[in-house]
Amino acid sequence: MSAIESHAAEARGVSKRFGPIEVLHGVDISIPVGDARALVGRNGAGKSTLVGLLTGLYGASGGELRLGGRPTPSLGDRRGWRERVACVYQRWMVIPHLTVAENLFLNNQPRNGLGLVDWRRLRDETMAVLDDWDLDVAPDLEAWRLTVEQRQIVEIARALVQGSRFIILDEPTAELERREVNRLFDRIRALQDQGVTFLYISHHLEEIYEICRTVTVMRDGRIVADAPLEALPKDRLVAAMVGEMVTPLGKRAPAFAAAAQALPGLEVTGLSLGESLADVNLKVHRGECVGLAGLAGSGKDRLAEIVAGLALPDAGAVTIHGQPAPLGDVVAMREAGVGYVARDRHERGLFPLMSLGDNLTATVLPKLGALGFVSGKRQAGIVEAQIAELGIVASSGAQPIGELSGGNQQKAMVGRALASDPRVLVLAAPTQGVDIASKDALYRIIEAARQRGMAVLVVSDDLDELAICDRVEVIFRGRLTRGFARGWSDQDMVAAIEGLY
Amino acid sequence: MTDVSTSRAAIARPTQSLFARLKLRELVLVPVIAVVMVIGSFVSSSFLMPENLLNILQQSSELSILVIAQSLILICGKFDLSLESTVGIAPMFAAWLMIADVSLGGSGIGISGYAGIAVVLATGLLIGLINGLLVVKLRLNAFITTLAMLILLRGVTLGITNGQTLFDLPEPFLYLGNAKWAGIPASIWIAGLLFLFFGLMMRYHRIGRAIYAIGGNPEAARVAGIPVERITLGVFVVGSLLAALAGLLLTGRIASVVSSQGQNMIFYVFAASVIGGISLNGGQGRLIGALTGVLLLGLLQNVLTLSQVAAFWIDACYGAIILLALIITRLSGETPRA
Repeated sequence: MSAIESHAAEARGVSKRFGPIEVLHGVDISIPVGDARALVGRNGAGKSTLVGLLTGLYGASGGELRLGGRPTPSLGDRRGWRERVACVYQRWMVIPHLTVAENLFLNNQPRNGLGLVDWRRLRDETMAVLDDWDLDVAPDLEAWRLTVEQRQIVEIARALVQGSRFIILDEPTAELERREVNRLFDRIRALQDQGVTFLYISHHLEEIYEICRTVTVMRDGRIVADAPLEALPKDRLVAAMVGEMVTPLGKRAPAFAAAAQALPGLEVTGLSLGESLADVNLKVHRGECVGLAGLAGSGKDRLAEIVAGLALPDAGAVTIHGQPAPLGDVVAMREAGVGYVARDRHERGLFPLMSLGDNLTATVLPKLGALGFVSGKRQAGIVEAQIAELGIVASSGAQPIGELSGGNQQKAMVGRALASDPRVLVLAAPTQGVDIASKDALYRIIEAARQRGMAVLVVSDDLDELAICDRVEVIFRGRLTRGFARGWSDQDMVAAIEGLY
Repeated sequence: MTDVSTSRAAIARPTQSLFARLKLRELVLVPVIAVVMVIGSFVSSSFLMPENLLNILQQSSELSILVIAQSLILICGKFDLSLESTVGIAPMFAAWLMIADVSLGGSGIGISGYAGIAVVLATGLLIGLINGLLVVKLRLNAFITTLAMLILLRGVTLGITNGQTLFDLPEPFLYLGNAKWAGIPASIWIAGLLFLFFGLMMRYHRIGRAIYAIGGNPEAARVAGIPVERITLGVFVVGSLLAALAGLLLTGRIASVVSSQGQNMIFYVFAASVIGGISLNGGQGRLIGALTGVLLLGLLQNVLTLSQVAAFWIDACYGAIILLALIITRLSGETPRA
C-alpha cells in the first residue's frame, strides 16, 4: 500500500494536443509524496498545460497520468480531483461577494439534517481553520476585502480543508511583498513537514532555491532536466531553461560610467501625497537610469503615477529638463516628455483584442494624421519600425496583442511609451511575469533608451530590475531612506527595502 | 485576555439577531418606503385604507414574481430580457388553444382550463430551456440573445391572434388570478410564498449558494466542482417558469389576454431589482432587498396616481424617482473593486 501511494503525481509519456498542435511531447514526471518540486521553464514551455492536465482542466491526448498512486478520475468528477490535487492560481479564485467562511467551504458547506447549509457550523469550522492558520480575519468578511496574502492563504487552506494533500502553487508570490513571501514560505515549510506535497511554479529562481528540494525544467513541451536542486546551480538551471548560455545583463559590470555632464532630466521636489508620500526629492539626469525601490504600498507606485499625470500630489513639483511639468493630466505630461509603462500590463496596459499595431500607437494617434483621422500608411510605417527595433515576435502588426507571449506584450508596452519620443521614461516593474530571455531583451531596450539620453526611472522591488540601474533610491513608508550606487549586495538592498537599515 | 482573542470573541458572537445579519444594504429602502407611505397618507385619505394597500400588493404581485426570476438570473451573472414577452406569450398560446371558436381568435381546439395551465407552464419551461441552451451551450451573450427572444416572442404573440384580445377563458384558468384566500387575493399569497421559498433557498440551499458563486467568479466555481452550466441552465428555466406563472396570474386578474400583455414590464423589473440591491454584475444582492424594491415601486405608482399628477407626467416622475432611489442606494453602500 505504501509503495502504491508513494507518489503524489506521476505522468508517463503524457502528450497533449490542442487542435493540430502538439504542445506536450511525451512528458514523464514523478513527484514523490512530501516532495517540494519546482517547475520552471520559459513562457510557452508547457508548464501551464502540464498543470492543466494535473488538475483535470482537460484530458491528456496520450500517455498515463496517476494521482496518489491511482489513475486520475474522469474529468467530470470534480470532487475526485479536488480530493487529490488543488491548485492556487495567479488569478483570484475566490468568490468576491461571498464571505471568507463560504469561500473556505465552497461547494462543500457543512449541512444539517435537512440538507440545508448549517451557517453556525460553517462559522465554527471556519474559526477553527483561521485559528490554525493564525489568520486574523472575520469569517463573515467578504472575500474581496482580503489582501492578496490573506486571499492566498484562504485558497491554500481551502485546498487542505477539501482533503487535498498535493498542492500546486502557480506563481504565488507575483503580487506579494517580501515579508509576505517569507511568511508564505514559513507556512509552506510547515506543511511540508506534515507530508503535504507541493509543485511550485515561479519565475523567481531564488525563491525556488529557498523552498524547493527538486526541480523539473521544461522547454518546448518536453522535460529537459529533473534533478535535486543541489545538483543544479542557478547558471545551469538557467541554461537548461533557455537551451543556451546567457549572461543576465543585469548582473554584469557597469557598461557605462555615470554621465559626466549631469544635465537635469527628471526632477521631483517636495512631493507629498496623503499618507503615501512625504516630501520626496529625486533627481534623474539625462542618460541616467535610477531605480526606485520599495515595498507595495511604500509610495513608489504613487510617485510613478504622479510623474505619469495619473495622480495629483498635495504638494511639490515635477520638472522635466528644467521645465515645470503640468501635474495631474496624462496627456499634458506625455506632451511634456514623459513615457510611462504601468505596472501589470493586463490590468493597466493591454487592449487585448486590438492589434499589436494599435497597441503600439495608442498614445500617438494625433500625430498620425489630420483632424483626428489616422493615416493607415503612416501608422503601419511606425509600427513596422517599432517591431523591428524592439525585436517583437509577431506575425505582423495586425496580430491581436492578446495572442503574443508575455514577453512580447511587455516589449510592446515599452514600445508604446517610447512611441511619443519621451525625454523621461518611467517603468513600473517592467519585466514582471516574463521569461528570462525576454527580460534580457527588455533590459537591452531600456539600456538603448538611456544611451539615447533619456532619464529612466525604474520603479520596482525586483532585484534583477534594480541591478540594471546606475543607482537606486529606496523608499519606505513614503520617505526616501537610502541611496545605493552600483555594486550593492542583495542583502543590503532587501534590508533597506524592508525598512531594516 | 489578549487583543486577538478579544477581537475574535467579538467576531465570533454566534447569536446575532436577524436584523443585524441583514446588512444595511438590504434595508436601505425601508426608510424610503416609510417616507413614501407618510406622503401617501397626506396625499389621499384613502391611501392607508386596507383595500388600497391590498390593491397595491395585488398589482405588484406579478411584477414581484418577475423580480424573483430576474434576481435569480442576475445573481447568476446573466440577464433575461425576454421574461416580459414570456408573460404575454405563455397565457396567449394557452388561451388560443382553449378557445374553441375560431371567429373569436381561437384555434378551434378547445382544450380545458387545466390543460391550459399546463400549457402556460410548459411554454415557460421551453422558452427558458432555449434561452439557457443558447447562452450556456452556444455561449451567446445573454443580453443580446434574450433581447432577440424578447422581440421574437412578442411578434409570435401578435401573430397567433392577429393582434386580437382573447376573452371568455375557462374559469379554472382564471382562478389563481382572481381568487381570494382568507380574504386576500391568491396572487399575493403566491408571490409572498415564492419570495419566502426562493429567499430561503438562496440563503440555505447549496444550489442557492452555488448561484452566488457562479455569478461572483464562474471560473472559481467550476474549479470548486460546482456544475456551472447545469445550474445556469436551470436558473434560466426557473426564471421563465416564474414569468409564465406571472402571466397566468395577470390573465386571471384581468380575465383576458391582450397581445401587449407584459410589455415594458422588464424596465420595472430591472429597476426594482437594482434599487433593491441586486447587482447587474452578478453574485451580489438578496431577495429581501429585491422585495423592498418592488414594494417601493408599487407604492410610488399608487401615490402618484392618487396625487392627481397629470397622467402624462406620471412616467416622468416615476423615472426621476427611480434614479433618485439608485443614487441613494449607491451612496449608502460600499463598492468593491470596480
